[in-house]
Amino acid sequence: MILKGIVKDFGPTRVLDGVDLDIRPGEFMTLVGPSGCGKSTLLRIIAGLEVQSAGSVTIAGRKVDALPPSERDVAMVFQSYALYPHMSVGANIASPLELRRLRLIERLPILRWFSPRRARVMREIMSEVRVVAEQLQLTELLERRPAQLSGGQRQRVALGRAMVRQPAAFLMDEPLSNLDAKLRVHMRTELAELHARLGTTFVYVTHDQVEAMTMSDRVALMDKGVIRQLGTPSELYDSPADLTVARFIGSPPINLIEVDADAERQIRIAGLSLRAPETGRHTLGIRPEALQLSAPGPESLAARLRRSENLGAEWLLHFDIEQREPIAMRLTTTEYAAVRPAAGEVLHLRATPMGAHLFGRDGARVGTATELGVAT
Amino acid sequence: MISARDRAQARAGVAFALPAFALIVALLLAPLVALLVLSVTDYRLGAVAVRSVGLEHYAALFSDEVFQRSLRNTFLYVAFVLPGAVFGGLGVALLIHGRTRSRTFYEIAYFLPVTATLVAMATVWQFMLHPSLGPVSTLLAWLGFGQVDLLNDPSLALGTLALIGLWQVIGFNMVLFLAGLSAIPRDLYEAAALDGARSAVDRFMRVTWPMLGPTTMFVTVTSTITSFKVFDTVVVLTRGGPLGSTETLLYVLYLEGFQYFRTGYAAAMTVVLLAFLVLLSILQAKVIDRKVHYA
Repeated sequence: MILKGIVKDFGPTRVLDGVDLDIRPGEFMTLVGPSGCGKSTLLRIIAGLEVQSAGSVTIAGRKVDALPPSERDVAMVFQSYALYPHMSVGANIASPLELRRLRLIERLPILRWFSPRRARVMREIMSEVRVVAEQLQLTELLERRPAQLSGGQRQRVALGRAMVRQPAAFLMDEPLSNLDAKLRVHMRTELAELHARLGTTFVYVTHDQVEAMTMSDRVALMDKGVIRQLGTPSELYDSPADLTVARFIGSPPINLIEVDADAERQIRIAGLSLRAPETGRHTLGIRPEALQLSAPGPESLAARLRRSENLGAEWLLHFDIEQREPIAMRLTTTEYAAVRPAAGEVLHLRATPMGAHLFGRDGARVGTATELGVAT
Repeated sequence: MISARDRAQARAGVAFALPAFALIVALLLAPLVALLVLSVTDYRLGAVAVRSVGLEHYAALFSDEVFQRSLRNTFLYVAFVLPGAVFGGLGVALLIHGRTRSRTFYEIAYFLPVTATLVAMATVWQFMLHPSLGPVSTLLAWLGFGQVDLLNDPSLALGTLALIGLWQVIGFNMVLFLAGLSAIPRDLYEAAALDGARSAVDRFMRVTWPMLGPTTMFVTVTSTITSFKVFDTVVVLTRGGPLGSTETLLYVLYLEGFQYFRTGYAAAMTVVLLAFLVLLSILQAKVIDRKVHYA
């Protein structure tokens, strides 16, 4: 799937501002970003439900800009599932096949009883439906109506309706958003396994960066109508292209500390010694796991403990730093047990260079502390 | 054991419900009982003595030619108006639904007949359908139908009244269908589009019609009841003529009760009318309700 120069205006508002994206066959591509970044709009443009103001969409080598949604060979799973409430699960899943294989006369209410071909085609369709239902564990539910199903079951029906068409790509618009947390974790695994099994291209839209990180082959992080970074989950985490990416990926979020490079372009803080490309204000981003407790000293960062959160397998400590935004730090249970810090206590922290990134005034990343490090 | 507090609450509940209940009894139930009682007497309006006659009136209805004819006419009228009212209202609603700028104009245009008093409108129609002065007759003559007298031709009069009835009720049904249409979630249409529903017929059959189920049922039942009760146009335009071809049930009932003063007999007719309405409503509700999906 190739998207070139996609622009979309809704009246005076520009929602997509020149998006270029190359999706490889069979990959799981996630479009992630905060609300309003344009990811859903982009997905709908691929589906053909919205028409772009400029740019082109190519699917499987064909330019699909002039084609209606039904002819683009893509299937979509909606956030609200969009199941036909008056039809049974089996009929819902059979729906796309019915619409495509039966002629209009064979579908009209009374006239269809007169068509011999219809009976034969319906038999074929129902056997295909049963295969898909089997794969999604829906066989016992085929006669039920959507209103009688739980959220997770409805979602599987929506998936089944998409799968039965064997399309060139699956488009998913925040399909897990309506599920509770536990079910979401379960469905994440199911979807990832489904992708592995089918090998079809998945284009997945979400605002949840955990979903993006755990399920995708590649992630396109979008903000304000443009793609800020395109890469594998590791690339986005370990080498964020700018502050937006760094802030969005990672939970708890990256710690951002304003620092100033002196006349010799040197920055010294939290045990790090860096040479910046220019003087003046920079932002240092340190991942919570890159902070360590250290002995008090001129190089260490003094931080007053505000709160400790016990996550079971580890601890999350929240600190206030003088004249700066609060920061967070991860501690293993062993490390915590050794120190047992109390709220209000002042601790001293150092950062490991690998988890620290320097960002320039424009927000773009300059490099990691390792790259910019100066031997002290 | 019912505690004192529960009893006090129950008393309060009854006290609050009493006014409404009293009104229901006075305005709905009591007249109904009076009706049933009257229908087995020989009461004539203004009479001093009243005597019970059992089911004599009901038996008489079977052999009363006027009554039988009015039954036939009424059923014909309903059969003519009902499909037009439901599908006409739906059709207009579908056409208007997509419009943005001209929508208000069309909504007003179609709804105005509903707001107009039918008696006053009937007088207007009387002029419109006049055989020599009316524009409709002129138009028909120009179209080649010759001298057609819509209201005085026994074979055409009922149909004409039915058309006027249709004109009056389509706007109301249109408004109801418009409300039903806007309640249909948009992503159902999108899902249908992706499934392969290319034509408007497909979208209608797969999404619009099923989701309009409850609205359609309501429109059908109310349109049936309204057309059964046709009266104003008959009184103003044809007075039951020509040759009794437009005598409908309610009109005959009115004549019996308030012109011939045979109140007991009229009461029996009313009971029959009521029975038909109740039966039809229950039938329609049961048949349609089974197929209707309530989202």
